[in-house]
Amino acid sequence: MATLVAGQTAPPPRSKFWRDVRRNLWPYVFISPFYLLYAVFGIFPLLYGLWLSFHTWDGISPMEWVGAENYSTLLFDDIWWKTIYNTVWLFFGATVPQLTIALILAFIINTPYIRGKDIFRAAYFMPIVASAVAVALIFNSLFGERYGILNHALSYVGLGPIDWLGSRHWLKPSIALVTIWQWTGYTMVIYLAGLQSINPELYEAARVDGALTRHIFRHITLPLLRPVILFQVILSIIGAMQNFDIPVMLAGGTQSSAPGGTDRAGLVSMVLIYWTAFKYTQFGYAAAMAFVLFVLIVLFSFLYNRWQGRNPTD
Amino acid sequence: MATTQVATSKPLVVQSSSQVQRRDRLSGPIGMFLLYAMLIGLALLTAFPFYYMLVTSTHRSATILRIPPPLWFGDALVQNYTDLISALPFWNAFANSTAIAAIHTVLVLFFCSLAGYAFAKYRFPGREGLFAFLLATLMVPGVIGLIPSFVIMRWLGWIDTWYPLIVPGIANAFGIFWMRQYIDSAIPNDLMDAARIDGAHEFRIYWNVIVPVIAPALAALAILTFMGKWNDFQWPLLILKEEAKYTLPVALSTLRSLRGTEIGVQILGATGAVLPILIVFLLASRQFIAGITAGAVKGG
Repeated sequence: MATLVAGQTAPPPRSKFWRDVRRNLWPYVFISPFYLLYAVFGIFPLLYGLWLSFHTWDGISPMEWVGAENYSTLLFDDIWWKTIYNTVWLFFGATVPQLTIALILAFIINTPYIRGKDIFRAAYFMPIVASAVAVALIFNSLFGERYGILNHALSYVGLGPIDWLGSRHWLKPSIALVTIWQWTGYTMVIYLAGLQSINPELYEAARVDGALTRHIFRHITLPLLRPVILFQVILSIIGAMQNFDIPVMLAGGTQSSAPGGTDRAGLVSMVLIYWTAFKYTQFGYAAAMAFVLFVLIVLFSFLYNRWQGRNPTD
Repeated sequence: MATTQVATSKPLVVQSSSQVQRRDRLSGPIGMFLLYAMLIGLALLTAFPFYYMLVTSTHRSATILRIPPPLWFGDALVQNYTDLISALPFWNAFANSTAIAAIHTVLVLFFCSLAGYAFAKYRFPGREGLFAFLLATLMVPGVIGLIPSFVIMRWLGWIDTWYPLIVPGIANAFGIFWMRQYIDSAIPNDLMDAARIDGAHEFRIYWNVIVPVIAPALAALAILTFMGKWNDFQWPLLILKEEAKYTLPVALSTLRSLRGTEIGVQILGATGAVLPILIVFLLASRQFIAGITAGAVKGG
């Protein structure tokens, strides 16, 4: 069929490249939906967002070109930088612990003498299947200040009560706790899959040579798992910087007129962008925020890659 | 797999390096006990919020806020349920979520397996470059697209419709990557060549020869896609205006804002969103986990 199509077309192909292209029309048709959709819903929004960030626009009246004014305003916008602080805080307070605990857990479960791997794996993985909104509703109740079950449990060891979601000191740790609960198992499962591709004979040889568990972890597991960890950390940077669901639901909800809770302690950048665009209808300003966040994400991923990406054996 | 490793590694370790083993506390009997205690403790801690969710949806606020809080099921399930369906159109939202996720999933399976097949089994000019581009799009943060995408949807007249929720991701990079990996490793070329000799059209080969043998990969992708769409929150929150069109997470998010809503009612709503996916997960955790790990490990 493909050769038939090539035979029908009249002008002789100019080069081998075009001849091959014509001979292979079908695979191009098969892959085209992705590129068409990505052009419309991926690339165009990217460029249009950048264009938008140089305008003021309420979403209805004509756009007005303001040059870099949105960016210069943003530079001195305390609330914006507070959201960046909160977002980065949550990255180090939730994502980094989550990635670390997951790595250690995966290492432990992967050791040959641990039984019931599948059960542990499924148990730890479970939270990720739950909708973030539902999770927030559940934890909202668990975190209750006077009657919540968490404070009740803490009272047995003489702690609290802690105003988990009401106080500006505890709101971020609360969001972090929920994030760690929801994501650790997921990350562990990915690390575990990476670990299972490491030849078990390597561990055995190391054991025979008398290596301790922590030596095996440092000198075999970590270097061999490096590409998986690198990929996972970069995806986590991208995800954590755009975190929305859990913070918005734990810090006031979607109808809140004061997003981010007490003293905006739980206000993350993505929530501020959402509110600025769709509640305060400052589309241009919000687009500038989005672009700055985009640049920060790329920058952080790049820096991490520079720091950890090189192969230590090179 | 695990049992054979245990069988081979244990005698080896005990005979050759017993002295080292004594220093290495993790694998001694006490160490093993502590390890298992920790692993089981963490598993219980992870499962507790789900248990709490089930218990709390059977209580009224008055008993939930008692000290100590209830840890066993109560008798207010029916009352909570009646309140829930009068507070929000729960089953309507449930049906919306199901329909949107199902339609989206079917389209994803079709377009992603088609493109994955093309990348796996055809040698065409630009294949490597196009595929590298596709993978690179996985790393592009979506934040900058949120506002313009909303504007585009408004131009298209798609606000408050299901199209923005169904259409944009149907040919997505992850799904194509996942299908390509599977088809590349699991389908022999002879299968297609035989069909080609019989004069089958290229699309027929995909539909009649490839699709029937990639069911396991389709199942894993289907589960993942369905779950992602079912739990999706930010985008439907932005797109859907009319309550009758709400998906479950959007409908539930309004419960959070209603002052004085019974806690048990809120949690019962959450249960309605969590339980269907949780049951599927418990029945098919292998496919779930296979789908999620594929991208991260092989992609890295």
